[in-house]
Amino acid sequence: MAKVLMKGNEAVGAAAIKAGCKYFFGYPITPQNEIPEYMSRELPKIGGVFLQAESEIAAINMVYGASGAGARVMTSSSSPGIALKQEGISYIAGAELPCVIVNMMRGGPGLGGIQPSQADYFQATRGGGNGDYRHIVYAPSSIQETVDIMMESFDVAEMYRIPVMVLGDGMIGQMMEAVEFHEPKKRELQEKTWATDGTKGKRKPNIINSLFLDPQECENHNIRLEEKHKIISEKEVRYEAEGIEDADVVCVAYGTTSRIVKNAIVECKKEGIKVGIIRPITLWPFPMEIFDKINKNAKGVLTVEMSMGQMIDDVKIAVNGRFPVHFVGRSGGMVPTPANVIDSIKNIAGGVK
Amino acid sequence: MAEKAIMAGFGGQGVMAIGKLLAYAGMLEGKEVSWLPSYGPEMRGGTANCAVIVSDTLIGSPIITDDATAAIVMNLPSLDKFESDIVKNGKLLINKSLIEKEATRDDINAYYIPANEIASELGNAKAANMVMLGAYLELTKIVKPESIIKAFTKVFGEEKAKFIPLNEEALKKGAEVVK
Repeated sequence: MAKVLMKGNEAVGAAAIKAGCKYFFGYPITPQNEIPEYMSRELPKIGGVFLQAESEIAAINMVYGASGAGARVMTSSSSPGIALKQEGISYIAGAELPCVIVNMMRGGPGLGGIQPSQADYFQATRGGGNGDYRHIVYAPSSIQETVDIMMESFDVAEMYRIPVMVLGDGMIGQMMEAVEFHEPKKRELQEKTWATDGTKGKRKPNIINSLFLDPQECENHNIRLEEKHKIISEKEVRYEAEGIEDADVVCVAYGTTSRIVKNAIVECKKEGIKVGIIRPITLWPFPMEIFDKINKNAKGVLTVEMSMGQMIDDVKIAVNGRFPVHFVGRSGGMVPTPANVIDSIKNIAGGVK
Repeated sequence: MAEKAIMAGFGGQGVMAIGKLLAYAGMLEGKEVSWLPSYGPEMRGGTANCAVIVSDTLIGSPIITDDATAAIVMNLPSLDKFESDIVKNGKLLINKSLIEKEATRDDINAYYIPANEIASELGNAKAANMVMLGAYLELTKIVKPESIIKAFTKVFGEEKAKFIPLNEEALKKGAEVVK
């Protein structure tokens, strides 16, 4: 298929439909409104259902229901809306159901603003919902990558029966880039024998639930979930790493911010400073092991985020005391400039050579 | 080669539209492109701008901060806001029809284009944006005007094809001003 120029939000919708998503439940919020707009226009054409719920809480519970019935389903929102969905996400994770949730982040806390932000890292990777649950978090940095990840996300969610979050920001949602739709890597998917799609009088009813009143049963359930999380941590980690083995400074950034960092790296190279980058593509599971490959003589690691410093916690865990970990960030919808990043890199590297 | 252009004006002047056309045309010519709009609660009558990058190599950040190779400004607030973001020897295209003020920097190349007048002469004042785009293409040669026309129906839909002759003419007239 030829390349087309698409807005990130529209590309999310197009990719979801190509991946077989037939149901969308959501509630409007800037800067992701083109996703429900696209779905409301396109889903009816393929016999799917778009429904604007009365609230984000209702929407995520509709996702819960549709997923329980075996449907390919998604929702999307932006930061405060995703906050409202957290209870539902915990229930879906607890009931081991697949779904895709898109968050085009904006400034917070509370209603915050509508400009791009990455301040939901904790919310996405630690979970705002209760209990020992995890879900996969992808953080694409271009519209093409957003499309590729969206298309694969539904399969990944079904393979592990787990919610998958695609974490973008206002910029990813609003910008246009050229995209091509490729068939995603095929996953081996089991038949949904657990779905509540009618017994037809031939089997016992399936029950979708996250309630385990017997503590031993509840612990067993948690142990089973944890085993699943371990498998995902082993098999689904994704990242991009470049120039870290001989770097003076290694930057860590995801999504939009990683692109700003790449501009900064080009400038630093001109001045003879060797700068590497680790770009986590999965925020959970976080790519811990690649940090072992950083040049032993590197002067430091620089985390760059559009927040006051959230991913830096995972970076510190991954670095494990081997290097000083520094931070550059802007918040509330402000975006760091390459100059901000270059200044910090130079400080860490000890000035221009 | 990379062109980093800011297009700015008030809502309704079609600055987002010419940005999209430029990005689409670049893509059709096999170049790397990005289009990044300003977005906010204000719409019609408010300020609007977009950042377009057309490059032979992969694009890092789609954001243009103080490294614009060119700016197309359609109204006075846009001139005041973006003149400082242009690189040395960069291009500033000013819509002379609506902006009396001149460029204040002398280390950039300023071009004054009476875009609204030219568009009105062509029979449709709404084509002022295309006059500005025509001048920009003549100065930068970043994409061919034919590619813009090819992109036209892709961006606006087949039902707008009837406006192609007017827009083609607007591109040409804009180019003539800066030749």
